[in-house]
Amino acid sequence: MSSQPNNIDGANNNSTTRVITRLMFVVVGMFGFGFAMVPLYDVFCDVTGINGKTGDKVTLAENLQVDTSRLIEVEFIASLNDSMPWEFKPSQHSIKVHPGEPTRITYVAINRTDHAIVGQAVPSVAPGRAAEYFQKTECFCFTEQKLEAGEEKEMPVIFVVDPELPDDVSQLALSYTFFIKPSGASKNTASLVNNSNQEI
Amino acid sequence: MRAAKHVAGLLGLMFTSGQALAAMQMNLSPGVTSFSQGAYDIHTMVMWICVAIGAVVFGAMIYSIFTHRKSKGAVSAEFHDNTAIEIIWTIVPFLILIAMAIPATKVLLAMEDTSNSDMSIKVTGYQWKWHYDYLGEDINFFSNISTPDAANLSTNASVKKDETYLLDVDNKLVIPVDTKVRLLFTSNDVIHAWWVPAFGVKKDAIPGYINESWVNVPEPGIYRGKCAELCGKNHGFMPVVVEAKSKEDYVAWVSGQKTAAAEAAASAEKTWTKADLMSHGEKVYATACGACHQANGEGLPNVFPGLKGSAIAVGDIAKHIDVVVNGVSGTAMQAFGAQLNDADLAAVITYERNAWGNDTGDVVQPSNIKAAR
Amino acid sequence: MSAVIEEHHDHHDHKPSGIGRWLFSTNHKDIGTMYLWFSFVMFFIGGAMALVIRAELFQPGLQLVEPEFFNQMTTLHGLIMVFGVIMPGFVGLANWMVPMMIGAPDMALPRMNNWSFWLLPAAFGILIASLIMSLMGMGSAPNFGWTFYAPLSTTYGPASTDYFIFSVHLMGISSIMGAINIIATIMNLRAPGMSYMKMPIFVWTWFITAYLLIAVMPVLAGVVTMMLMDRNFGTSFFNAAGGGDPVMFQHVFWFFGHPEVYIMILPAFGVVSQIVPTFARKKIFGYSSMVYATASIAFLSFIVWAHHMFTTGMPVAGELFFMYATMLIAIPTGVKVFNWVSTMWRGSMTFETPMLFAIGFIFLFTIGGFTGLMMCIAPADFQYHDTYFIVAHFHYVLATGAAFSIMAAVYFWIPKWTGNMYDEKLGKLHFWMTAISANVLFFPMHFVGLAGMPRRIPDYSLQFAEFNAMASVGAFVFGFSQLIFLYNVIKTTRGGKKATDQVWDGADGLEWTLPSPAPFHSFTTPPTLK
Repeated sequence: MSSQPNNIDGANNNSTTRVITRLMFVVVGMFGFGFAMVPLYDVFCDVTGINGKTGDKVTLAENLQVDTSRLIEVEFIASLNDSMPWEFKPSQHSIKVHPGEPTRITYVAINRTDHAIVGQAVPSVAPGRAAEYFQKTECFCFTEQKLEAGEEKEMPVIFVVDPELPDDVSQLALSYTFFIKPSGASKNTASLVNNSNQEI
Repeated sequence: MRAAKHVAGLLGLMFTSGQALAAMQMNLSPGVTSFSQGAYDIHTMVMWICVAIGAVVFGAMIYSIFTHRKSKGAVSAEFHDNTAIEIIWTIVPFLILIAMAIPATKVLLAMEDTSNSDMSIKVTGYQWKWHYDYLGEDINFFSNISTPDAANLSTNASVKKDETYLLDVDNKLVIPVDTKVRLLFTSNDVIHAWWVPAFGVKKDAIPGYINESWVNVPEPGIYRGKCAELCGKNHGFMPVVVEAKSKEDYVAWVSGQKTAAAEAAASAEKTWTKADLMSHGEKVYATACGACHQANGEGLPNVFPGLKGSAIAVGDIAKHIDVVVNGVSGTAMQAFGAQLNDADLAAVITYERNAWGNDTGDVVQPSNIKAAR
Repeated sequence: MSAVIEEHHDHHDHKPSGIGRWLFSTNHKDIGTMYLWFSFVMFFIGGAMALVIRAELFQPGLQLVEPEFFNQMTTLHGLIMVFGVIMPGFVGLANWMVPMMIGAPDMALPRMNNWSFWLLPAAFGILIASLIMSLMGMGSAPNFGWTFYAPLSTTYGPASTDYFIFSVHLMGISSIMGAINIIATIMNLRAPGMSYMKMPIFVWTWFITAYLLIAVMPVLAGVVTMMLMDRNFGTSFFNAAGGGDPVMFQHVFWFFGHPEVYIMILPAFGVVSQIVPTFARKKIFGYSSMVYATASIAFLSFIVWAHHMFTTGMPVAGELFFMYATMLIAIPTGVKVFNWVSTMWRGSMTFETPMLFAIGFIFLFTIGGFTGLMMCIAPADFQYHDTYFIVAHFHYVLATGAAFSIMAAVYFWIPKWTGNMYDEKLGKLHFWMTAISANVLFFPMHFVGLAGMPRRIPDYSLQFAEFNAMASVGAFVFGFSQLIFLYNVIKTTRGGKKATDQVWDGADGLEWTLPSPAPFHSFTTPPTLK
């Protein structure tokens, strides 16, 4: 990149080189910023609870004071992604709790196929702004769950609704979606193209 | 006066229910909920402010174009700035924006009503249909477009085009009026969006995540909407239809659903004739399979495999059942065991094994499916 | 090669010849010409796709294409128009005009300039190849919209998606290098006496646009790289299964995407700011406000991205912030419109073709701006989002906005480039046919959008039929009217009434002191400013 523009006005190649160097830093920096947005996004979501990302389980520093004046209804949602062939449901569809009161509920997953399958569950909370007040001290989020052929498993969730939950929220939904655990290469329709012409 | 109100109500219903051919509709409808009315009101206000500003600006331009022409002998003036006027026309628009922002904020905040809802329905977007699950009741079903043939070039012409074209489904979402219904949205695969214009509700359905909204519909009626996020080839063919019933009718519908579920369970016990399986299977195929595998069983080369003459459809029955019930992970073939009941699965597999010249003579009973699960 | 040129260029205007002249060009005029022809060819290709779309949408029912192919058409139409027509068109104008306007002999980095251009045919060759393969039944071309949301484009994308990603990387590198070149040129090669606040507005708008480009194109590169990694290397940036988030895709994409649309309009503002004063025979009104307004728009463009995401389930605070920030952009944009009108006011106007297109721009872009203001009102946007109301908005600002300004610029500057005047009658015919048909095409889209028609659908319910039929008729007239333009451009390159140096009665600036056509090497010694 050592082009030689005419030297007019005393503008010399050094200043051009300086400009280019600085701009390249910006380019590389912005590329890095794109990737930095990934953890930044998570941090932002964790801190604000936006997008219902409840994150993984937490260890509560101390027992929270139970607020008996409020009752919060928590509904439990179970979803399966795409070709995940398990059955998956909550043991109860909702529960009413006091903020600060640790509560245990379970979800049940059944693998009715003839081969072992490893799944991974992703949690989500609605409304999004309640997510940061929904603390799970035990859950099966993001941990691999292997079910053998025909196996049925009960998976507990122990949670506490933080008493700091805004006053106007009294209904929450906790959702788990089970995915087939992505293996080395994630789902890629290159394999679809192959399969479409072969015997599956 | 009352008559006028009735007529107005009817007209309103016409525009909002989508049942009447509201041809050449040029504006938003006010809809039937506070959301849709709020959106309509703020839309109208902002639109007229823009029209007014446009009239002033374009009016000045048009005047200038006709008056300040060289051909009319106009001589150009020298001025090329005026700080005072520039400050004015920066501040005045700013004030106009504030005048818009205040009602807009009010409308948005009013949508945040968090009083408790009386029932919750989980809405799941699938490629290319909706699934509704009444939480706490044992009612859940898929809602497919009632004319799946519309989605293929070769079969579209055979579909009748009436005022519910592309706006009708086999199983509507039924809710009671005057009830705050909480809707929880998620997706089975890609991002979809659930939209009913008459409700003013549009929310993305995102895989792995749950979004919420709510509706409180005051008037019984049928309300139609569409998927509003590109989700693959049949994005335009997965309508949303909601029927709001009076509270009594809703209760009747709920018990009707439970009876039907019991009957479906019973039909899974009995033995079906091949003819029944084939005719039922053809219907199930059209709704659940034809989108990809096509009505003629030939699929789309290099995208969706054909079933006509395929090794799966004429080969080992257990393998065929496994593919349909459990899907094929890593591909677009979904696990239909989670979506169809035993009778439907038995019928469609029987159909696939015998249609298009496959003619295996095989018959699959609902009990076979149940055993295989 | 350079030795030969140095020996000769004091004596006569020695141009290299043959295909080498173009393949190895380091001349800003030739490279500008190549960008403009590339943009024009892509305009017809992308336009043909639009005609396929409008032909299918002429009537309810599916008559011509499968829905799967229709999605490929909408995707490629968008990608080609954004990355293959508007952006290269403006870069072509920048290449031709910026050095001449600032009294520089060429761009600061002439060889990198060559590479910036030649990356584009490569990038679009890949994209169009995927379409040809699709037509031959070998799988789908990209079919997920030009906005390629995950997981439709990652987990569920066709095999051609990886080629699409490569293509985007090439386009991005081209734009980034081009932008660096422009900044270095403007900063370092201005003629003595040309301070920043004496530069023509077109130069200012490109200066600011170049900064936007280097800030956000790398973010686009980042997001497509994340896509590539999710698809092929087992990561889960956007895959909820692995702890990723499809909504994050939208945040990163639109962080690029919103400044991108300003990248596509700021140079248009610059073109109009050159043309209107010329034909009004009056200096641009409020030069410094125009500069500050452009800079404000560029700055604000970074903090409004989530107005594309109001239905994703954002908390109210987020919706309010993005609503307010987006509304603010109306102010500097309005200032610019007022300033153009004030330039016209009490001028002495004539209405040759460039002025017609510039005035058309001001009217029609402003209509697009008004619908943009409506859309940023979040509760109303719940009804507009992903409908034809949005499609109408962005076609007004991009087609009757940016594309009109490129047409205006070509008519304005082609006498300087070729030495010949274009055919004025044909120019006016092109303008009126284009302007009228564009409105027949795009205005009804507002109505069907408000009436409930979503975007990206190949077939629609009966109540949308009449306006869709109108739009399709407008589309075909619009498309074929561009042939008038093509004919006029080719005709002008081959001959015509000879143009003077100044070309236009009210023209002012260093570029108009050069002969028409401008010599192959111009301002080899810097000019003195009057």
